[in-house]
Amino acid sequence: MSEKQEMIRLQNLKKSFGDLEVLKDINLTVRKGEVFVLIGASGSGKSTLIRCINFLEMKNGGNIIIEGKSIDPKKDDLTQVRQKVGMVFQHFNLFPHKTVLENVIEAPLVVKKVSKEAAKQEALHLLDKVGLAEKADVYPSSLSGGQKQRVAIARSLAMKPDIMLFDEPTSALDPELVGEVLETIKQLAKEGMTMMIVTHEMGFAKEVADWVAFMNQGRIVEMAPPQEIFNNPKEERTREFLNRVL
Amino acid sequence: MPGIAHLIQEFIRTLPFFMKPLLLTFELTIASVIVGTVIGLLVALLKVSRIPGGQLLANIYITLIRGTPLIVQIFVLYFGFYKVIDLGQFWSATLALAIHSGAYIAEIFRGAIQSIDKGQMEAGLSLGMSSAQTMRRIIMPQALKRSIPPLGNQFILSLKESSLAAFIAMDELFSLARRLSAETFDEMTYFLIVAFYYLLIVMVFTYFVNRMEQHMAKGDS
Repeated sequence: MSEKQEMIRLQNLKKSFGDLEVLKDINLTVRKGEVFVLIGASGSGKSTLIRCINFLEMKNGGNIIIEGKSIDPKKDDLTQVRQKVGMVFQHFNLFPHKTVLENVIEAPLVVKKVSKEAAKQEALHLLDKVGLAEKADVYPSSLSGGQKQRVAIARSLAMKPDIMLFDEPTSALDPELVGEVLETIKQLAKEGMTMMIVTHEMGFAKEVADWVAFMNQGRIVEMAPPQEIFNNPKEERTREFLNRVL
Repeated sequence: MPGIAHLIQEFIRTLPFFMKPLLLTFELTIASVIVGTVIGLLVALLKVSRIPGGQLLANIYITLIRGTPLIVQIFVLYFGFYKVIDLGQFWSATLALAIHSGAYIAEIFRGAIQSIDKGQMEAGLSLGMSSAQTMRRIIMPQALKRSIPPLGNQFILSLKESSLAAFIAMDELFSLARRLSAETFDEMTYFLIVAFYYLLIVMVFTYFVNRMEQHMAKGDS
């Protein structure tokens, strides 16, 4: 097989909140090392889609296949799945009662039972990578939004996931802090991390994505490499959306 | 109204008599708050858990306790259980106070747990932690911290409510005040003196709770 390994495959994924259908027959594939960016207006289902992949929302139909295995939330151990699929949130969700270092070592200690020494060493390495090694011993409350998000990225990486999901990672940030977070994500892309990113940063999407999917009203309207979707969108609704945001 | 000089004189004279009842009031309060906190924590966890029937059970308990007067609960435990098991005055009073405050403490904990942003649970889950692990290591430490001010308040309430134990012949503060006033017919003096004791303990305790809150505020966002 010359094709790269399939990391995420969604087949006819459906999700409703009550009577509201939020996702309607979503089909997509993300292969190893690819960066898959989801764009679209608020309420189009992007965040719900990405949250379904980590089972923070439970699908109502279809298949979620992670690294070749179809996951059944009723039978499969979701903690195992989530160890392979990291997630970064819009509002960081750092643990406020733990220092930066403690935030990063928490899951390796508790879930993987790594020794404290090894966990610390790895955490410091990761914090160094996101440029925050000197902040290891402070509490999250003393960090800027951009720093918080970089710690959240390091915390997620500490579990050595195969896939990283980003749910609007820069939407809660002051404009001048967006760059440092995007830079960190770009670095990950260069290192070959498989990623799915929900974002409103079109310049970033253009630069970093292998695939861009435009979502509207719970459907993927158009899915293409960034040059195509940004320069030559095929669908009228994609054009309208891009005209409004670019 | 007794004069100030008389009050001070009586306060000093009766000081030695008040030491033992004071200690007993402390013991009653502390024992009942500890047991009440354990009850409250278990009931709160039952209430936020998805254990079948757990919520119903917790709600029945809370409704019964909040819906009946403490003095009735103390009498039911003291006289009612007497026929089954003789708990003695101290443990009857302590358990009644604990079961009573447990219902309020349960609501304190439940409120604190539910006040923690749901993103905290999601972050724990997204890292591969189980919901029990996230509850124990991420949610509870933050919730317990938020519970401290209302728990301090509950402690003060329990301290004052322990005076009701006088009615099952416990020799605590209020009981002594009643006895002294009955012996001398100088009721105002001794009830003012006992009020002063309660006030003093509450103020000292409030001071320490405030100190603890300030100390714990450091990691807050």
